[in-house]
Amino acid sequence: METFHKRLRAGDPKAVARAITVMEAGGSAAANLHRALLPSTGAALTVGFTGPPGAGKSTLIDAFVAELRKSGRTVAVAAVDPSSPLSGGAVLGDRIRMGRHTEDPGVFIRSIASRGHLGGLNESIQPIIDVLDVAGRDVIVIETVGAGQSEVEIVEVADVRVVVNAPGLGDDVQAIKAGILEIASILVVNKADLPLAARTVRQLRSMLALRRENDRNVPVIETVANSAKGVADLLEAVLNLAPRAPWERQARRRARVHRLVAEAAAAQMRRRIMGRSDEAFFVTLARVEAGELSVEAAAHALAAHDQEPAPESSQQTTVSKQNEPVT
Amino acid sequence: MTNVDVRPLRVLVTKIGLDGHDRGSRIVAAYLRDAGMEVIYTPPWQTISGVVKLATEEDVDIIGVSSLATDHLIVPKMMTALREAGLDHVRVVVGGIVPDEEKGALLAAGVSRIFGPGAARDEIVDFVAALGRQSRSDRIDEFSEVNS
Ligand code: B12
Ligand SMILES: Nc1nc2c(ncn2[C@@H]2O[C@H](COP(=O)(O)OP(=O)(O)OP(=O)(O)O)[C@@H](O)[C@H]2O)c(=O)[nH]1
Ligand SMILES: [Mg+2]
Repeated sequence: METFHKRLRAGDPKAVARAITVMEAGGSAAANLHRALLPSTGAALTVGFTGPPGAGKSTLIDAFVAELRKSGRTVAVAAVDPSSPLSGGAVLGDRIRMGRHTEDPGVFIRSIASRGHLGGLNESIQPIIDVLDVAGRDVIVIETVGAGQSEVEIVEVADVRVVVNAPGLGDDVQAIKAGILEIASILVVNKADLPLAARTVRQLRSMLALRRENDRNVPVIETVANSAKGVADLLEAVLNLAPRAPWERQARRRARVHRLVAEAAAAQMRRRIMGRSDEAFFVTLARVEAGELSVEAAAHALAAHDQEPAPESSQQTTVSKQNEPVT
Repeated sequence: MTNVDVRPLRVLVTKIGLDGHDRGSRIVAAYLRDAGMEVIYTPPWQTISGVVKLATEEDVDIIGVSSLATDHLIVPKMMTALREAGLDHVRVVVGGIVPDEEKGALLAAGVSRIFGPGAARDEIVDFVAALGRQSRSDRIDEFSEVNS
């Protein structure tokens, strides 16, 4: 295991790929590995690309990565596509658009299926990003599932969020609903070669003008992803927004850990409460049914009297229970 | 919640060399997806070194190569490259049009099976699923527990 950690930290692609698989699978192996990696995270810049299906996220990432490579930076791309809710399978197609980097050792691309997780990402996205970070990649690019409405989770994992829109997708700006506009660090109007692009830019600018002062400064950049037009500007804007001050990076890292712990705590509590079948518990449920106790009050009481002992902090035990993911 | 036991099989469906016939590989990619697998699909014209890098990064259990041109002997070269990269656990299946006199060379190089035109969906899916489980159980590394 020690040599595995060495290989991972040295960026050996086989070790990196394997570590991602372990994180995706969850369970105690993932929890242990993540714990070992966390102290070495925080060096990479994470850039999220989100936006409606077909807006050109993957194509734009392809060009963006080329620009990053010109500047000598090493890159990892984590591209999330939806799993079929029926079969659980997926055709992971984002990487088709990134073909020019297939042979470049400075670019590591991993296709990730959402595996039923809502919110545009995969349940294990943070540990996966942490693997790529520890492996020494300068920039980690994350592509969300194209939905354009609900993938606000990207806020939590990406230092800089690029919301990609394109003219002629439905009602133009309607395609980016309010929620997703709010998470943008940068707004891109891709496919600027198409008619109506200028109108989309105007619409976005006027929407921004109505926002709070801070949000009005969100840059709006026009790109043509397949000819790389505007991509140098995009990189410049991204680098401008990168959190650079140590306190800023430290604060972001603390916020991530905070969220991971809260999510794990919620999952553990839920599991335990779902698993209860003792008499006292049924009495509580009956009181809720009878209107004597509110749902909130019952939850509060159950959480407060939770019997599970705290796990030991030895090498072997993990914060999360066996066979459960850390996030 | 993710369950270790049902981690979907990961399959790379690709085409190497100059052969552009991609109908078969698209159909097979859809079959495997509908059977619950995670398919990394590439367009035709991949290189051997590209396929090795893809298979490494995507940590696939299986590579499916579709080949309808005349240069099937590129497949044994790919097998050698996979072994050199230490991807011995990755199993390889081939589909398409492979003349009988060349099948031996492919199988001898380690290809698990060759599917011809008209191969049935169930036959493909069942074989790939069993092969993927075999690939996982044969893999010995620090994380054998995720292979169950
Ligand atoms: C359609 C077709 C074309 C289309 C291709 C469209 C496309 N985008 O795919 C077009 C018209 C473009 C074309 C062009 C050519 N073609 Co053509 N084409 C065919 C044809 C008629 C059918 C192929 C097909 O799509 N079948 C349907 C699919 C679903 O079947 P399949 O690919 O066999 O897949 C099944 C199985 O093989 C298996 N399978 C396939 N892949 C995989 C992968 C995995 C992982 C698994 C598990 C299974 C699996 O499962 C599938 C489902 O059963 C065949 C003849 C034939 N009967 O096969 C010739 C054929 C393949 N073509 C041939 C030739 C020579 C050419 C050209 C060179 C012609 C020319 N001189 O220009 C060009 C070359 C194009 C190129 N760049 O490579 C020859 C190949 C000769 C050889 N191998 O020795 C064939 C065999 C015709 C012949 N009898 O001469 N072709
Ligand atoms: N005209 C034009 N087409 C583009 C541009 N960028 C991307 N496209 C095309 O738009 C289509 C979708 O591009 P993708 O990059 O796959 O879009 P995506 O947002 O990643 O799609 P999903 O991942 O499916 O949500 C492809 O056919 C691209 O070639 C552009 O700037 N101009
Ligand atoms: Mg995409």
